[in-house]
Amino acid sequence: MFKNSFRLTDQQVETMIGNLLRISVIIAALVVLLGGVIYLIHFMGTHPDYRVFTGEPRDLRTVSGILRDSLTIHSRGIIQLGLLVLIATPVARVILALFAFALQRDRIYVVVCLIVLTVLIYSLSGGRL
Amino acid sequence: MNVLEFSVLIWLASLLAGFLGALTGLGGGVVIVPLLALGFGVDIRYAIGASLISVIATSSSAAAAYVKEGFSNIRIGMFLEIATTTGAVVGASIASRMPTTTIAIIFGVVLLISAYLSSVTRREREGQNQPDPLATHLRMNGSYPTPNGQEQYQAHAVPAGFSLMFIAGALSGLLGIGSGALKVIAMDQVMRIPFKVSTTTSNFMIGVTAAASAGVYLNRGYVDPGLAMPVMLGVLIGSLMGTRLLVTAKTRILRIIFALVIFVMALEMIYNGIAGRL
Repeated sequence: MFKNSFRLTDQQVETMIGNLLRISVIIAALVVLLGGVIYLIHFMGTHPDYRVFTGEPRDLRTVSGILRDSLTIHSRGIIQLGLLVLIATPVARVILALFAFALQRDRIYVVVCLIVLTVLIYSLSGGRL
Repeated sequence: MNVLEFSVLIWLASLLAGFLGALTGLGGGVVIVPLLALGFGVDIRYAIGASLISVIATSSSAAAAYVKEGFSNIRIGMFLEIATTTGAVVGASIASRMPTTTIAIIFGVVLLISAYLSSVTRREREGQNQPDPLATHLRMNGSYPTPNGQEQYQAHAVPAGFSLMFIAGALSGLLGIGSGALKVIAMDQVMRIPFKVSTTTSNFMIGVTAAASAGVYLNRGYVDPGLAMPVMLGVLIGSLMGTRLLVTAKTRILRIIFALVIFVMALEMIYNGIAGRL
């Protein structure tokens, strides 16, 4: 497949990344859809109100809380899990690019990827400025 | 309106937004916030949270198609992402401290500018062919396929492009949009990278930028599953349909209509912001 397993071309790397992104979006959408169906069945008769901002409960804000909610088939938790998968896709893209640059022994871009990754993880872990 | 009716209506509206956004190349995210805030009376913070989610969905799903064409430049994209993600975290943090009426006014102004930018014709920048030494050092120069075979290009003015990317990221985090238009300007007009390379690289960057903002919004409790669900599924399916149709459709008239819609929405956002109703 690759002429030289240690020398991926940029094009090969990007094709790989592109396909990974598409698959993760499909997975994310299916999880959101599943949670959405359960949510609609469960809350069908209620009236949503988004006029007043209250903020989401603690368990829907953090990675660990969302995972706990999804395991107990909590519909809003499952949707949130799908959204988390979606938010993770660009993060996975940066990680893949990091490995690709490492294989190409491109030190500058390994560092560049690490910086971007740090900002993303900082933000996802509830980073506050 | 019960949950089912509400979800179906939002889904349909998002579908249309995603469809028109993809067809006109303006992105669906730019109309999601005004649509939810003005049309459905949703608090602007929930609207921004849902919009960011839809921006990631369209960016990531379109990436595979763009990659095949061989236009995007992963090095330029990744390097500039340092600026956009940092900007996004800053913007998202500012958003949580700023009154929603101020956010609405800024949103309106940014919408006006994007509507204007989409209506002016772009001019090719010709100039000296001296690449930025920094670009050479960072191996940003590349080639892309043209009808006459592979063509080489060089990146210029890296620091200026980088700074503009920080602003694009901050706006993305503050307003929940992809900032695609500003990203393209930074690469195409400032760094003088070919237009095709700029647009495809920008699409790649939008997802990473939006993910940086979305993390902050999620942690602040601004991402509501019941609202984000129909928005994400609608925009995603709509934009996929739009991309399919893109090849055959005549988009000029659509672009003008969409720009007008954005223009009206922008004025409404500014008016309601000043009136203190958002």
